[in-house]
Amino acid sequence: MKYPKGGRFGEFGGKYIPETLVPAVQELEENYLKFKNDKIFKKELDYYLKQYAGRPTPLYFAKNLTEKIGGAKIYLKREDLLHGGAHKINNTLGQALLAKKMNKKRIIAETGAGQHGVATAMACAALGMKSEVYMGYKDTIRQKLNVFRMNMLGAKVHPVKLGSKTLKDAINEAIRDWITNVENTYYLLGSAVGPHPYPVMVRDFQSVIGEEIKSQMKKLLNKNPDCVIACVGGGSNAIGTFYPLIDSSTEIIGVEAAGKGIKSGLHSATLSAGSKGVLHGMMTYLLQDKEGQITETHSISAGLDYPGVGPEHSYLKDNKRVKYHSATDSEVIDAFLLLTRTEGIIPALESAHAIADAVKVASNHKKSESIVVTLSGRGDKDVEEVQNYLDKNVKN
Amino acid sequence: MSRIKEKFSELAAKKEKALISYIMVGFPNERATLSAVKGLVKGGADIIELGFPFSDPLADGPVIQNASTVSLEKGTKIKKFFQLVKKIRKLTDTPLVLMTYTNILYNKGYSNFISEAKKAGIDGFILPDMSIEESKEYLKAAKGNTDTIFLISPNTTKKRVKEITKVTSGFLYLVAVYGTTGIKTGIKNYTLKAIKDVKKQTQGKIPIGVGFGVSTPEDVKKYISVGVDAVIVGSAFLKLLEKTSQNQIERKITSFTKSLKKQTKI
Ligand SMILES: Cc1ncc(COP(=O)(O)O)c(C=O)c1O
Repeated sequence: MKYPKGGRFGEFGGKYIPETLVPAVQELEENYLKFKNDKIFKKELDYYLKQYAGRPTPLYFAKNLTEKIGGAKIYLKREDLLHGGAHKINNTLGQALLAKKMNKKRIIAETGAGQHGVATAMACAALGMKSEVYMGYKDTIRQKLNVFRMNMLGAKVHPVKLGSKTLKDAINEAIRDWITNVENTYYLLGSAVGPHPYPVMVRDFQSVIGEEIKSQMKKLLNKNPDCVIACVGGGSNAIGTFYPLIDSSTEIIGVEAAGKGIKSGLHSATLSAGSKGVLHGMMTYLLQDKEGQITETHSISAGLDYPGVGPEHSYLKDNKRVKYHSATDSEVIDAFLLLTRTEGIIPALESAHAIADAVKVASNHKKSESIVVTLSGRGDKDVEEVQNYLDKNVKN
Repeated sequence: MSRIKEKFSELAAKKEKALISYIMVGFPNERATLSAVKGLVKGGADIIELGFPFSDPLADGPVIQNASTVSLEKGTKIKKFFQLVKKIRKLTDTPLVLMTYTNILYNKGYSNFISEAKKAGIDGFILPDMSIEESKEYLKAAKGNTDTIFLISPNTTKKRVKEITKVTSGFLYLVAVYGTTGIKTGIKNYTLKAIKDVKKQTQGKIPIGVGFGVSTPEDVKKYISVGVDAVIVGSAFLKLLEKTSQNQIERKITSFTKSLKKQTKI
């Protein structure tokens, strides 16, 4: 859907927000629509994406992995090589630049794995702005390296000790801050979620991933990939990968976190196991109980540990354009080790979900076919978590 | 005529303004809620807002957040809540307003939820995350059943106030300050200006209630003196409940309510 009217992707999306935020969201939409086609804005953003963040990222043929699996050719879209180590910088540069044009002096953000917080802190440092980041207390512990990085980059980190102490609670606190400081504050949301226009704006800033995949595949094989695969937390790296290919015949697969297994109830597979509801300003699939209370989620990767999902993914699930799979913690650890050992690339645990699924999908596809997996981030932040998992689960 | 509307005309006849009190059901437990309601009625609260807990109360400050968590931990459920409302209805005719978040209604279906609520004795709804753009189904379900109380904020444009007023019934809820519930800031000049502007614009067609950060008899007095039709006190009641033992609740709530209500008689 090009630009969703009233913020609706089919029945999903919208803006369910406290009235205090309405003028802020309207101002954001007006400015986004104005600047997205503005020549100078586009040129500036392009400059930062290239010279600062390191775009375009390579499309790497994972030869060893492909041979090991013995199916379709696997290509990796190397978002892990971006400055900061994840795709998040595509969005934070876009929004921080927009905030600057809007004369906003104070930037707030939420973060799960800490990658969006780091990318926000970097973009703000580069553009000379101040940032404050809300992060679930549980995540500040399992991703403490990123807390140090944010502090050093000059961002103030607020640990959130409410609710499940993860990403959803960080978003709640960021929204409360925004309501309180609405007059001077820009909320730099980190995924394709939240009230309109965030889902479409974040998608547009992340679509550079899919655009590059298209042109790189054209150069390489003179066609679109047969299949693309990306992990889905809120869904920003996935929608950025998918959207430019939506009208093509490419098979599209999103991979959610199945945690300890969907049946165990300990997972974050919103599209695979959720039901429709309203949270964080949007109508979308959610993990909730029969009473409409949001349930706690589980994933080994902090960045996928979220009970909602971007509304455009809900739409693409229901109209069946995209297939949504899931990968368990244990499959993800296997995929993490597999990629590390075969290719010498340490993926983020989030991205390892996409790798885990690619291993299954590739073996069911012909050798002549090509699969592009978006490697949304690098795994330096996760090595301690993986080591702990291995110590506990004697695997190796 | 709805109970809420009736209440406002009854008060107008007496030259009184309305005291609207908010408590979270099941905080700290169901027995406390019943005693608190008795205290509110005895103390003279004109309308009682019952908060139903949601796991992610993003418009609420720490006091109501904590009350929501406790209430959910104590096992507050929709069916039990409606039974409690029925019990309260046997005690009093005071208008009862349910305040919760959109997902609680959405999940059961607006029409289904609202008709159950009405049957139990609920007179109106406040949903802080329901914007008018998304309200079509909700309004349809509420029509002829319950009042729909929408919120406006000091930064709401005149044009929007007009749109919101069109779909609001019962009273119009003016959020006093930029912030979440329970915020402590004192009375701001921009709030006083917002009150003046909204009064001028609505011309008495709908009562104006002010809430968020209203917690003492002095606050009530000040807002009443600038001409609002109702004040809404919430977090202050929850704080009182937090530190009061069960056998003291009814008495303590009665006397605090009286001290607030006194300021609404001009
Ligand atoms: C490397 C990486 N990939 C994926 C995600 C999930 O976010 P999204 O689904 O918005 O791409 C995160 C979030 O923190 C991340 O750090």
